[in-house]
Amino acid sequence: MAEALPQDDALAARIAGLSFPSEGWQAPARFDALARLTAMGLPKRRDEYWRYTDPASFTSAEPVPASTLDDGDEGMVFEAIDRLKLVFVDGVFDAAASDPLALENVEIGLLSEAQSDIHWARDLYGVLEARGQVPVKRPFAALNTAFATEGVLIRVTGYVPRPIALIYIHSSDTSDAVLHHCIRVESGADVTILENGPAAARFTKVMEVDVAEGGRFHHIRAQGRDHDRRASTHIFARVAGKGLFKSFTLTANGVMTRNEAVIELVGDEAVAHVAGAAVGDGKFHHDDTVFVTHEGEACESRQVFKKVLKNGATGVFQGKILVKPGAQKTDGYQISQSLLLDEDSVFLAKPELEIYADDVKCSHGSTSGAIDETGLFYLRSRGVPLKAAQSLLVLAFLAEAIQEIENEEIAEDIRQRLENWLARHEH
Amino acid sequence: MAALEETAVPEVRDGVDRETIETVQAMAGKYKYGWETEIEMDFAPKGLNEDIVRLISRKNDEPEWMTEWRLQAYRRWVQMEEPRWAMLDYPEIDYQDLYYYAKPKSMDVKPKSLDEVDPKLLETYKKLGIPLKEQAILAGVEGAEVPDAPRQVAVDAVFDSVSVGTTFQKELAKAGVIFCSISEAVREHPELVKKYLGSVVPQSDNYFATLNSAVFSDGSFVYIPPGTRCPMELSTYFRINAENTGQFERTLIIADKGAYVSYLEGCTAPKRDTNQLHAAVVEIVVLEDAEVKYSTVQNWYPGDEEGRGGIYNFVTKRADCRGARSKVMWTQVETGSAITWKYPSCILRGDDSQGEFYSIAIANNAQQADTGTKMIHLGKNTRSRIVSKGISAGRAQNTYRGLVSMHPKATNSRNYTQCDSLLIGDKCGAHTVPYIEVKNNSSRVEHEATTSKVDDDQLFYCRSRGMDEEEAVALVVNGFCKEVLQALPMEFAMEAQALVAISLEGSVG
Repeated sequence: MAEALPQDDALAARIAGLSFPSEGWQAPARFDALARLTAMGLPKRRDEYWRYTDPASFTSAEPVPASTLDDGDEGMVFEAIDRLKLVFVDGVFDAAASDPLALENVEIGLLSEAQSDIHWARDLYGVLEARGQVPVKRPFAALNTAFATEGVLIRVTGYVPRPIALIYIHSSDTSDAVLHHCIRVESGADVTILENGPAAARFTKVMEVDVAEGGRFHHIRAQGRDHDRRASTHIFARVAGKGLFKSFTLTANGVMTRNEAVIELVGDEAVAHVAGAAVGDGKFHHDDTVFVTHEGEACESRQVFKKVLKNGATGVFQGKILVKPGAQKTDGYQISQSLLLDEDSVFLAKPELEIYADDVKCSHGSTSGAIDETGLFYLRSRGVPLKAAQSLLVLAFLAEAIQEIENEEIAEDIRQRLENWLARHEH
Repeated sequence: MAALEETAVPEVRDGVDRETIETVQAMAGKYKYGWETEIEMDFAPKGLNEDIVRLISRKNDEPEWMTEWRLQAYRRWVQMEEPRWAMLDYPEIDYQDLYYYAKPKSMDVKPKSLDEVDPKLLETYKKLGIPLKEQAILAGVEGAEVPDAPRQVAVDAVFDSVSVGTTFQKELAKAGVIFCSISEAVREHPELVKKYLGSVVPQSDNYFATLNSAVFSDGSFVYIPPGTRCPMELSTYFRINAENTGQFERTLIIADKGAYVSYLEGCTAPKRDTNQLHAAVVEIVVLEDAEVKYSTVQNWYPGDEEGRGGIYNFVTKRADCRGARSKVMWTQVETGSAITWKYPSCILRGDDSQGEFYSIAIANNAQQADTGTKMIHLGKNTRSRIVSKGISAGRAQNTYRGLVSMHPKATNSRNYTQCDSLLIGDKCGAHTVPYIEVKNNSSRVEHEATTSKVDDDQLFYCRSRGMDEEEAVALVVNGFCKEVLQALPMEFAMEAQALVAISLEGSVG
């Protein structure tokens, strides 16, 4: 791969420590991704989609060390949920801690072990990522496709009775994890994927999700725990006719989080809902960058992002609905809201619409402000103590995002997490 | 004189008001002001270099400091790159293939009064509905809408690179108001120009503003002294006439403490197959308790149905609310230009200052508009409101791009933004690109945007009441725009009505 090495010193330094598997079915995709990465280079602050988030800690050669959370914090999320567990420690699959990779109506494999020349994921690995590079460049996703050595390959063929849980354990202060997952939901199949844990000091993750006609994909993610960790994650999804894609993310900790979701509704009557609830206190920078493309007719998309910020925390939302020519009867909705609990916090938003079809209904809203004094007064006049009233209003503010979780047990777990967070971070 | 284009006579009937007719006409792609005045012109040589900058300065009889100021800007400009971030697609502009200065020969000796102005020029403005006569009310507005007291509007008429004349100067002077061309202001009021020029839009603000700083040839200057309510509306009318000529006007408005002025701007250009460049700068300084209303009907030639010709309109407009309780209101109706790149902005520096932006942008055929506003809240208790209505038809692309920024010290501030887009046909595009930056929690920011098509039920209702399709669409569109149209000053509505009258004239002959 010597000739493919980039000329750019910063990029060369960034990828120096990563291994590049140049054999096997993924190799062509990896070479292509490396070429893409070399052509676009690492992002800079002046790039349009990095104006609100400093990419420095993702571009640096070494990750900024991050300590793992002390005890005294609550246990891991989703503990009580009946699920199939796949555990990664600092980005490396831990077979001993994981359940056997067997479950009804689903094939589960590991990227590191899937070396046979014929593999279903061949048509998916790096494919959706490459499609998602236009019109907005996503260099860390290309980097991921080129260099990821671990990840899961999940092919869903029917209704999967238990959620599949990806659990990311962070154990080394200087770990730099790169994971790449591919999930194919076949026609009429239905699966729920859970993700939680800080993963590493620096975490670069790509998940490619291909939903075939009538397939249903549910994704609930809790990014929390470690205060110092940094994560750059991407979800690339393609949804065929009448398919469903739903993703919810709770972010409660982490000094830096950039979550990108790139979703294409290619078939008619496809549905995509992406939601996020972020609560940040102090050193917390959280960025949701979402790009939904409507290509099929009569598709529906919803983007619901809520952020509660205090003590200088920063929340960023960059969302876009693109309605291509011919995508008539589109119903697109986008809301981004922040609740700033004190004078120091910052909310930066760029909610975009780009529409090339006339028979569409698209709307977006974005608001920012302090806690509603009238609501507070009402609750207090009914005898609710100040702090409880504030917590209640914060939870009410986040409710619209949490409602996107269909599984009530999981939603309740997320709600509990938020309540615990509020109790720990009382104003 | 080229004949006016044949246009259908709009008939005003009950239930369809004048704005509707205007809207329909603009949308139908019939351009009423596409004729050309045949007049002998003096051109500077084509292209741009330091000598041209000096020549423009010399032609305007400018003092040395002004020439230096221009040269500084020019030297910055050559190092800058043309911005390409807007959602606009146009071929490379050859800045060396343009005339940067064109002046009617008859203006060689500056006329002492309007009576001495070349009749051809007077005729041009008369035809545009802007008679350069100091008459009580504008022509063609008699009727129901004339208010009880006769209204007066002072006009500064700019023809290519020069100001042809300014009306009512004497009467304004009685009130202490200075209203003249910027070239005159540089000569007569250098202390004001020196103090304020470039203080809102700095020389090197952006590519087009820097170009303007180097080569601006004329434009209007307004100074309203403290505590003065300007006794009449002020208006500037820009006309591009000469071929391959760029127009670079510069407007500077200063409202001193407690002053008030309403300012109107109109613009048109002849039909041509080639594109023409227009890069203007408007600076407004609003001091304590002062208020400025700035209204524009931008009707530059939009190009033909195939997208040939039309004006490239790259404009920097900014108001600086420097004093406490100052207020500025931008209202714009953007119907013309092949390319529009324009973001009238408010810097809300003074505590309790207020900025408002009302906009209707109509893009039809192959027009492209990327327009919006910036509300920069720096002072406490500042308020801003943005209402933007974008209408796309044909193959046009219409983008709202705006910034609302609440700085940490702008506590208890408020912004409300509403931007709606309407699509007519399935070949056009409507886009919204808002930037929202909130850095304190006592401020509230709300942004709402919707995109929809002309509602079938509403159309059906109108048609079942006997309207034809075009009328029905116009009525619905008019309803969609109402919030902005209502923000236009009465005087401007009248002027707009006078402009419509031109199409009647042309169709008779």
